[in-house]
Formats: sequence, C-alpha cells, structure tokens
Amino acid sequence: MERKTIDLWVGLFLLMGFAALLFLALKVGNIGSERNGSTYTVEARFENIGGLKLKAPVKSAGVIVGRVTNIRLDPDSFRAVATLALDKRFEFPKDTSASILTSGLLGEVYIGLDAGGDDKKLASGDRLQITQSAVVLERLISQFMFNKAAEGPSDKK
Amino acid sequence: MLPNSSPPTDDACANVVKIDNVDFAYGKRSILKGISLDVPRGKVVAIMGGSGCGKTTLLRLIGGQLVPSAGKLLVNGQNVADLDRDGLYAMRRKMSMLFQFGALFTDMTVFDNVAFQLREHTDLPEDMIRDLVLMKLNAVGLRGTAGLFPSELSGGMARRVALARAVALDPEVIMYDEPFAGLDPISLAVVGNTIRRLNDALGATSIVVTHDVVESLQIVDYLYFISDGCIVGHGTPDEIRASQEPYIKQFVHAELDGPVPFHYPAPPYSDELGLSRRVGT
Amino acid sequence: MMSDPFKQIRGLGARGIEFVWRGGAMARFFVLVLLQSGMSFRRLGLTIREIYFAGVMSLVIIMVSGLFIGMVLGLQGFETLQKYGAEETMGVLVALSLVRELGPVVTALLFASRAGSAITAEIGLMKATEQLKAMDMMAVDPVARVVAPRFWAGVVSMPLLAAMFSAMGIFGGYIVAVVLVGIDAGVFWSNMQSAVSFNHDVLGGIIKSIVFGIAVSIIATFEGFDADPTAEGVSRATTRTVVTSALTVLALDLMLTGFMINMK
Repeated sequence: MERKTIDLWVGLFLLMGFAALLFLALKVGNIGSERNGSTYTVEARFENIGGLKLKAPVKSAGVIVGRVTNIRLDPDSFRAVATLALDKRFEFPKDTSASILTSGLLGEVYIGLDAGGDDKKLASGDRLQITQSAVVLERLISQFMFNKAAEGPSDKK
Repeated sequence: MLPNSSPPTDDACANVVKIDNVDFAYGKRSILKGISLDVPRGKVVAIMGGSGCGKTTLLRLIGGQLVPSAGKLLVNGQNVADLDRDGLYAMRRKMSMLFQFGALFTDMTVFDNVAFQLREHTDLPEDMIRDLVLMKLNAVGLRGTAGLFPSELSGGMARRVALARAVALDPEVIMYDEPFAGLDPISLAVVGNTIRRLNDALGATSIVVTHDVVESLQIVDYLYFISDGCIVGHGTPDEIRASQEPYIKQFVHAELDGPVPFHYPAPPYSDELGLSRRVGT
Repeated sequence: MMSDPFKQIRGLGARGIEFVWRGGAMARFFVLVLLQSGMSFRRLGLTIREIYFAGVMSLVIIMVSGLFIGMVLGLQGFETLQKYGAEETMGVLVALSLVRELGPVVTALLFASRAGSAITAEIGLMKATEQLKAMDMMAVDPVARVVAPRFWAGVVSMPLLAAMFSAMGIFGGYIVAVVLVGIDAGVFWSNMQSAVSFNHDVLGGIIKSIVFGIAVSIIATFEGFDADPTAEGVSRATTRTVVTSALTVLALDLMLTGFMINMK
C-alpha cells in the first residue's frame, strides 16, 4: 500500500472520528448549557426537603438557573440546609424565596425560586430568608382524612 | 588431530569471538558443557554437529540473546554477559545474523527488507539508501526482485535476500544459522559461494553453523565439531578430511553407525516387544 | 494406578496460578510498551500505518453495525414507549443507550474480533518465523518497533470508532423515529439534548472507550508476543485475544459504570 494513500485514509478517518465526537457533544449532548465555574452558591433552609436530591435543578419561572450541590442537616436547628449553585448570568434580589416543588404528581423534585422586589442582589454565601418546605403527600392525605374524621360527627348532628 | 590441541591463534586481539569454557542450560536440561573456541578475524569458521547439539544456542549466546550459565564469552574483547541493553544493541550493530529460514519481514518488499537497518540506524537520504540496497541486492544476484514480497520468492532466493539484508550495514561479524538447510544443490552452491565472497569483500568474520559437511569443507577456513554439548574436534578442512577421529570420520563420511549411534537410548528391544518373557513362559 | 483424589483441586490451583501469572506478565508488558513508546511518536509514520490497519479497516463493520443497532433500538423503543404514549422520547432512549453503553462496549467487542485478532496473528506469526528475533539481532527493539505502534494505533482508533458507532446509531434511530414513525425532527433532537448530559453521558462514554482501547490493544499485542511460536500456538493466541478482550471489556464496563453512577 502506497504511503500517500494510507496517510489520506488515516486523515479521513481522524476527521470522521472528530466529526462524530463533535456531533455527540453539540447535537446529542448539551455542552453549551452546562458551564462549570461560572456559578455562585447560596443556602436555603427548609423544615422538610421531601424527595429533593443532589443535582436537582433550580428553576425560576420554569427555566433552569442552577443545581442543588449539597444537602445537609443543621445539627442545632434540625433543619435541612440545601446549597444551591446558581448561574452567574442570573442575579436575584435579596428577598427571593425558595420552595420545593414537584413537576407533576410523580415527577422530579426541584427548587423553585420566586424573585422578590429588593434592590440589593444575592451574593455568594447568602442565605435565602423565605422558604417553603416540600409538600409531603402522605402528610397531606393524613391531614385531610383527620380533618374529615373530625368533621364527620358534626355533619350528622 | 587431538580434541584438546590448541586452536590456530591464541592472540586475544586477533580473535573476534573468544569463547572460554562456556556452559549453558535450559532449566535443568544442559545444552552446552565447557565449550571453548576462538574465531579469528577475517576467517570463515564453521561450527558443525548433528541436529539438536546446541549449535544454534551457541550463536544466540554470541549475539547476547541468551546468557551463559558459566564461563566467559568475549566479542571484540567485551564480555557479552556484562553488557546492558544499550551496550548489547551497540555490539549488535556491528554483527548480523542470518536465520535458518531467512526470517524476512513478510509485510515488507524485498527492497524494504534490505533497507530496514539502513533506515533504522542511519539518517541517510532515501536516494542513497536506494543505491546501497540495489548494490547489496546485486551482490547476491537478486536486484530484479526488489519490488517483490518475500512470499513470492523461492527458498533459495529468500535465503540470498536475507544474506543481502544481513550485510546491509557492512557488519564485522556475520553469523549464519543453517544457511544450507533445505536448498537444492544449485542454490546451495550459490549461497555457499556468496558467503565466502561477501566475507572476503567486506573483510568481515563469519561463523557458519551447519551440518552440511561437503559444502562447508569447500568454503571455510576452520571447523569445530560439537557433539552432545562438547567440542569433539577441530581443524582446517584438510586436517578434517584426513582426520581419523571416530566422530569426525563418521560425520564427514556419513557413516551409519559410530560414536553417534543409530538408535536413541532405549530399553533392550526384545524386552520391549515382550519376547524375553514369552520365551520364559 | 490409583486415581488421584486431589486432581481436581490441583487442576483448579494450576488454573488460578496461570491466571494470576498471565495478569502479572501482561501488566509488566504494559509498562514495557509504555517505556518503549518513544519511537511510535517520533516516527509517526509507523503509528499512522497501524491506524490504517486497525482503524480504517474497521470502519465499515463499525458504521454498518452502529446503523443497524440504532435502528433496532428505535424500533424496540417505539414498541415499548408508545404503550405509555411516550414515543417522543425515542431519541433519548436511543442516544442514552448508545452513548453510555452500546457505543463503547459493542465497538470494543467488534474491534477486538476485527483488529485485535489480526494484531495477535500478525505479531504471533512474526514471532513464529523468527522475524522478532531477527529484528532484535539487528539492534531494533521489537517492542518499540512492532508492538508500541500497534498499541497506540488501537488506543487512538477506539474512541473515534466508538464515536462514529454512536453517531451512526443515533442516525439510525433518527431514520426510524422521524422517517418511519413520523415523530417531529425538532422534538426528537430537543428531547435528546435536554436528557443527554455532555459531562456525564458523552464524556463518560469517551472515557470508557479509551479504557477499552487500552485494554483490547494491550491484550492483543501481549497474546501475539506471548504466543507459542507454532501455527497452533498462534491460532490459540488469536482465540484467546477475542475471549479475553470480551470478558475484560465487559468486566471493566461494569466497574466503570458503577464508578460513574456513584460519581453523579
């Protein structure tokens, strides 16, 4: 086999290989929307985080603006502390509130941010003051049934 | 001719290869026992013996591919066993070996085979390599085969190409492992004649391991006989022809029985066939 | 003759020792190849030649297999997903299975049987015909000249082949989903993009295929270099390359998958 032919084929092979890698990276994966390093972290305390998991998305108005990077229990207050990494492009007011939500009845659990009206912006290391805990379905149901049971006898009267 | 008489020259400088009381064993199987021999510069020396007597092992010891279990083996005054990898490779650049079946690189053309060492070890420009390769191929009479692959050559032609490859870098020592095996009489004469001619033209030293006594007697300067791992005789071709040493006599005249028995050691024939027992009952 | 009561146990012991010995010999060989790799990079022509034989010659089988597997995934996925009315996520199913698992693994298996066995046979034959010994006598290290270029060619080729396999497979899935089933092309791609993460899925697949490339290449070259220098020995070594490569790739895949899922 002629040396030049081999070089040509191997060159084509390498080009095709890198084209395929590029295709996987850009068209199939989402390399553009995941940028590391350009985030800032804030903390949020919750009574109950329900089914929230690490890497769960943080959404504002339905758009993903960050990820949950850490979940721990505060040993003094016995409340859950979630650390959120937010994209630097999005600056939220200081009085932004966080709530744990579920997409659909059985969908993924995520943190929703509702921007407030403060002029000051959140900075790295800040704590979100207003939080709303997860809605635990079992509790809701038992509460509902308890209320029904309590109402029951009075209806009959 | 006594087995213990001293070789022709004893001067260390004049001997390219000096082997002094070398033993070699594969595990517990002893191959060479106390071999001593000298190869004088500029000569063609044959090492002869029956199949499986350790001749090829001796060549691989000289090339440093094996290490002797005892004794000293000097090439150009250097003990081969003391050399590290770089030293060994530096030594091997000055020697070359023709393997039994040529060992040509099957994925290269004849031209590239001969050019192999020139390309690996020198920075010569490609047109100079081309001229050198064609000269070497011409010396073995196979310039016309440059574009062929080794699989397209006959056994004798492959051997000659391997010969051209072996002398590509003008080595000081050329070792031949059974260069005559499996050749027809014409190819055999051609190869034998080429070995002699190349040796004299290059001023090299050649060691030919073979069992072809007729051809060797015509082309070599000195012969050693090895049997069962020991040297059993040596001398110039004329001395060998006239020798009355039983082993040499048997070997040179191809007698059926002698010191080398026709039978491999075995229990008595009649015992093994059960004859003696049947007679007894 | 008394039958040996420990024969089975002894046989097991011998196999165990053989297994560990081969593992150790291969690890040593790996280090040796790495140490002797200078020539493969200094004289790139040697490695390019081997990329041609290992990579380019495997192109057809890899791309055709990728296309078929992608189409099969598309059809099977459609069968199952339409029961839940989720056939629009076909792209996700096809892309994730290819990028994470099937791309690297199937490519490695195909590569081992197409190129790996050829490398073993070639080196084994060079050993059997004393070409390696002859090269060594010419002061050219056969590990540097023969083994290392083939090793690096395998390491370079594998991730590229795996990427092409996955790309062809996704194209096959696209044909089934968009052309045959009639899912909207935009939905197909956007669902895929939102579910496939570059860092976890694509990069993980590339890392896998690089590891498989190293494993298959070192097994193929080691078996060739270690083969008995006979026709039978070479054929046995070739078989062993395919079997050992397949088992090693699958075992490594299990380990890497477990590792990557824990990293998440």
